[in-house]
Amino acid sequence: MVATTESSSAGRRRLRLPRQLLIGLATVVLMLALWYMLTTSLGVIDPNRFPSPGQFFAALEQMMTTGYAGGNLIDHLLRSLVLVVSGFLVAVAVGVPLGFAMGYDKRAEAFFNPIFLLLRPIPPLAWIPLAIVWLGITDASKMLVIFVSAFVPSVINTFTGVRNVNRTLVEAAQVHGATRGRLIREVYFPDALPLIFTGLRLSLQASWTTLVAAELVGAFLGLGRVLSTAYRDINTAMILLAMVVIAIAGALTTQALGIVERRLIKWRTGP
Amino acid sequence: MRRRRTLWPYALTSIVLFFGLWQGVVSAGLVSNFVLPSPVEVLDRLWTMANRPFAGFLIQEHLASSFLRFFYGFALAAIIGIPVGLAMGRFRLFEEFFTPLFESYRYIAPLAWVPFAALWFGTGIGGPIMVIFTGAFAPCVLNAYRGAQLVDRYLIEAAQTHGAGEFRIAREVLLPGALPSIVAGLRVSAGLGWQSLIGAELIVVSSGIGYVLVVGQQNLSPDIVMASMLVIGLTGLVIDYLLRFAEARVRAKWGAA
Repeated sequence: MVATTESSSAGRRRLRLPRQLLIGLATVVLMLALWYMLTTSLGVIDPNRFPSPGQFFAALEQMMTTGYAGGNLIDHLLRSLVLVVSGFLVAVAVGVPLGFAMGYDKRAEAFFNPIFLLLRPIPPLAWIPLAIVWLGITDASKMLVIFVSAFVPSVINTFTGVRNVNRTLVEAAQVHGATRGRLIREVYFPDALPLIFTGLRLSLQASWTTLVAAELVGAFLGLGRVLSTAYRDINTAMILLAMVVIAIAGALTTQALGIVERRLIKWRTGP
Repeated sequence: MRRRRTLWPYALTSIVLFFGLWQGVVSAGLVSNFVLPSPVEVLDRLWTMANRPFAGFLIQEHLASSFLRFFYGFALAAIIGIPVGLAMGRFRLFEEFFTPLFESYRYIAPLAWVPFAALWFGTGIGGPIMVIFTGAFAPCVLNAYRGAQLVDRYLIEAAQTHGAGEFRIAREVLLPGALPSIVAGLRVSAGLGWQSLIGAELIVVSSGIGYVLVVGQQNLSPDIVMASMLVIGLTGLVIDYLLRFAEARVRAKWGAA
């Protein structure tokens, strides 16, 4: 029963892929045509509400050459990217070991969980003003809020992954005399890896959201700064451009994380 | 039982250490009050803000206006998102049409919508509602979609043979079957929506609890900032608790997701 449904769904998949691609492409083309029609040929939409494709590409050109809001596209993108990646990495470097310890040792869980329960309900964005009071409108204050937002998902998911580790595997390894170090490296870590990466993906998403918010509140360079300047200038083309760049940057970093995940999983299941 | 007896000292130690260190560092004068107020000062400030207007209103009035915005945005996301998700699970063409749009929307950080939201709907109530909507929409769609996919095909076909129309199928087969998943999605939505609202209020709005945060920051008063963070965290907990309660009720009645 199970086998038949699986093979039939696999067969349908093979047939579906080009169809899905076609309809997906059709959707995109339809949306672009609609965009062009509403803004340019019919002119129903006021450019002060939403830009036309022409304005969008003009904004892109300006951004690539003379720049806007204190820098060109590469300056803004790099600044945001560096902040997200470094805040994210620090959060992961602290959060994953902490979650690991909490999942591995009940005493560590009992010790850290209360503090965690106290701080967790506060949305990361609510830390932005406090970070500014403490550190001003600096890269350090942005890294602090990114850290806060990326920290929680990596701790929780690592904790859950380690806590739900396959007991049979652990006992089998213990019976064969595995030391604690080997147990952690060869049983706990690989078994928790998928969930750890689920946490990392959530952390990365949270990092981007928080960075955009923090830069909107106050920044001298970065994609959020482009958004806030364009909002003040009522430059809708620039707003749209910044949103598109943020989405692409978010998608690319998520893809990069996926590549790391596949590498790691291949490595742990390899010879 | 034995486990609990051996573990509670760790929990107690951590709480005592946390608040003890915090209060101790402040009392000993190691950090200035302009950097870190003591826990007692934060509570005291909260009490003051509940009795004397700050930034125009009492703190509970700020909270009420924030909560109202949250409620509208969240309700809108649920009312639009759940039918869209169900339709994606039910009709292949709709699924294939909507997926590319949905995927590209999902990568845009909710707060990046703030400028457009403010330009289109103003900074009073419309703009914030749109930002909450963009934050809360994705989990509503995604979980309704997944829930609808879990519904047994045979049930839908059985309903069809008995002459049920699409609307009846949606109401009597799809929705009940997907409900546990939907309610789980609503909890995620509520968390994201509440957080998006705070973000919107930080950036463009001039009332509400997020605005109190900003004014506290501009006055360089960490006690005001931390008191509002406390209120925001507690409200988030209450919202989550209510939805958790709803989730338990739904699960008891309709089964697990």
